[in-house]
Amino acid sequence: MLAYLIRRLFAAAVMLVVVILAVFCIFFVFPKWAGVDIASSFVGKQADPAAVEAVRAKLGLDDPVYSQVWEFFKGIFVGRTYVGGGDVTHCAAPCFGYSFRTEQAVWPVLTDRFPVTLGLALGAAVLWLVFGVAAGVLSALKRGSLWDRGAMVVALAGVSLPIYFTGLLSLAIFAYGLGWIDGQYVPIGDSFSGWLGGMLLPWITLAFLYAAMYARITRATMLEVLGEDYIRTARAKGLKEQVVIRKHAMRSTLTPILTMLGMDLGALIGGAILTETTFSLPGLGQKVLDAIKNQDLPFILGVTLITSLAVLIANLVVDILYAVIDPRVRLA
Amino acid sequence: MTAPLHEPAAEAAPSAVDEATVAATGATAVQGRSLGRIAWERLKRDKLALTGGVVVLVLILVAVLAPVIAHLVGQDPETHHEDLIDPLFGTPTGSLGGISGEHLFGVEPVNGRDIFARIVYGAQISLLVGFLSAVVAVVIGTVLGVLAGFFGGWVDAVISRIMDGLLAFPQLLFIIALVSVMPDRLLGLTGTSVRVLLMIVVIGFFGWPYIGRVVRGQTLSLREREYVDAARSLGAGRFYILFKELLPNLVAPIIVYTTMMIPTNILTEAALSFLGVGVKPPTASWGQMLSSAIDYYDSDPMYMVVPGVAIFITVLAFNLFGDGVRDALDPKGSR
Repeated sequence: MLAYLIRRLFAAAVMLVVVILAVFCIFFVFPKWAGVDIASSFVGKQADPAAVEAVRAKLGLDDPVYSQVWEFFKGIFVGRTYVGGGDVTHCAAPCFGYSFRTEQAVWPVLTDRFPVTLGLALGAAVLWLVFGVAAGVLSALKRGSLWDRGAMVVALAGVSLPIYFTGLLSLAIFAYGLGWIDGQYVPIGDSFSGWLGGMLLPWITLAFLYAAMYARITRATMLEVLGEDYIRTARAKGLKEQVVIRKHAMRSTLTPILTMLGMDLGALIGGAILTETTFSLPGLGQKVLDAIKNQDLPFILGVTLITSLAVLIANLVVDILYAVIDPRVRLA
Repeated sequence: MTAPLHEPAAEAAPSAVDEATVAATGATAVQGRSLGRIAWERLKRDKLALTGGVVVLVLILVAVLAPVIAHLVGQDPETHHEDLIDPLFGTPTGSLGGISGEHLFGVEPVNGRDIFARIVYGAQISLLVGFLSAVVAVVIGTVLGVLAGFFGGWVDAVISRIMDGLLAFPQLLFIIALVSVMPDRLLGLTGTSVRVLLMIVVIGFFGWPYIGRVVRGQTLSLREREYVDAARSLGAGRFYILFKELLPNLVAPIIVYTTMMIPTNILTEAALSFLGVGVKPPTASWGQMLSSAIDYYDSDPMYMVVPGVAIFITVLAFNLFGDGVRDALDPKGSR
């Protein structure tokens, strides 16, 4: 078990370095190849040449790529001081970059917005896990029944609907048409019930999409598992059907679901961009979109990095849970 | 997928390969049913999948013939019709977003562009990006997947790690980041073509590991089969085995994963355009129409419903067809 954990931790650390390199390439290397002057895209389209040169000096854009990466990497742990163009900008650790356009460090803004996104992702995850997995299992057990067909039609529709469309529809119907819900985001600190009311539609909309996906996968996996030899063995030795399903079939059905959950949750925690945009939730995803519209690269970079981190951590947690659910993993 | 036959290849490229296979095996007189034929007969019985397939064909026709269709109804996607707009609210006059005999799906708020024409032209972007990015993913995924599975060793180790890594990335965000940092002028292209090209390449690039993983797994199991041993012992070279023995048997899973990837890619394209990093206005795309509809969801709901339903029908049709193809090509299938 310990050896397994150490291996997973090591793999996660390697992935982290790779992710930082990849993100760095996206923002600093590829655009350069495509002929973009990176310094000017950090300042803004109508910047004067002096400001552009200052940023170039501050970010060390003329230095070799490896030293730029190293400076950035170091900044995450010890903070960073940008010097250039006659002024000095300090960015405290953990420094995930600094926006010269808005004169803001990236990290504090991200931590400000993080709770909104976390609340959205976790709330929706609970809903989609409960409903998606339950619907999938029931469909598999009653294969071909009216329930199965009905549930799978709904699930197919669910995976075919873009979330920003279902979101807008639900806003138009429930918030504007029927007036049941305000549709406004209220911070959880201001009013808990207001927060619940504001999050209800986003939760349901987001969970609907994922529940549809999870129901389809759960059903397919469960059907496959039910065809395995060990299930026949379990039945042959006279176990009750309920025990066969709960103790034998569910365990192997849950492993791929867990993998998906790790990735999906990680990606959502890093910003449910589409959902947040549709419902005007002030989370990380909305910040990314604002940053894209204003070409504010440090924020895009920061959120991309944070999201990758979230995915890495979620995957690590899943790996550890694996060892708990599946004994084969521990022994391997 | 289980039976090592050449027939699945016939399914992919019907006429030419069919004749070649028949000639090569001298099977003209045999009345047996090939795997491709069995799959086709299964597919024909699957009403839902067929409906999906027909809708897909219609959509492709609509996209290809967009200028003709728009001309037939006497509209084009960029002409403004301000006379149909309520100057006070900016929404279309007339009921249901200005739907009339002239403007079949109504007009857009503010500038009054014809929604029907924009939907028809938007199909071009959706399908083009959806198909071509799937092609990019299939080509990279098949090549690298076969290499990994066939050669094994460090080749496999490197390719597999890359695939794991890419699958663990938050894809939408990386796609957004990549598409948004790239310039509007690239390789001599400008405007819409740059955005379309970027989306095809980037979506395809993040999609290949899904295909690659499946192809690698299939190759791994296929190369240990007796018929491959037989070919090898008869003196067949590596490349002969690769192209003549392995690839034809990989066609079925590749077809299945391609048909399932296209709807996902269409959704990604719509999402990118919705977020404003895809195709830029005035070029019509469904995602971007939905994004402008956000501001009118209460005053002009039809503006949001039309592109939303267009995306829904397209993706649903591809999903239905894809599910049908998967069931039809599944050797374990009972029907």
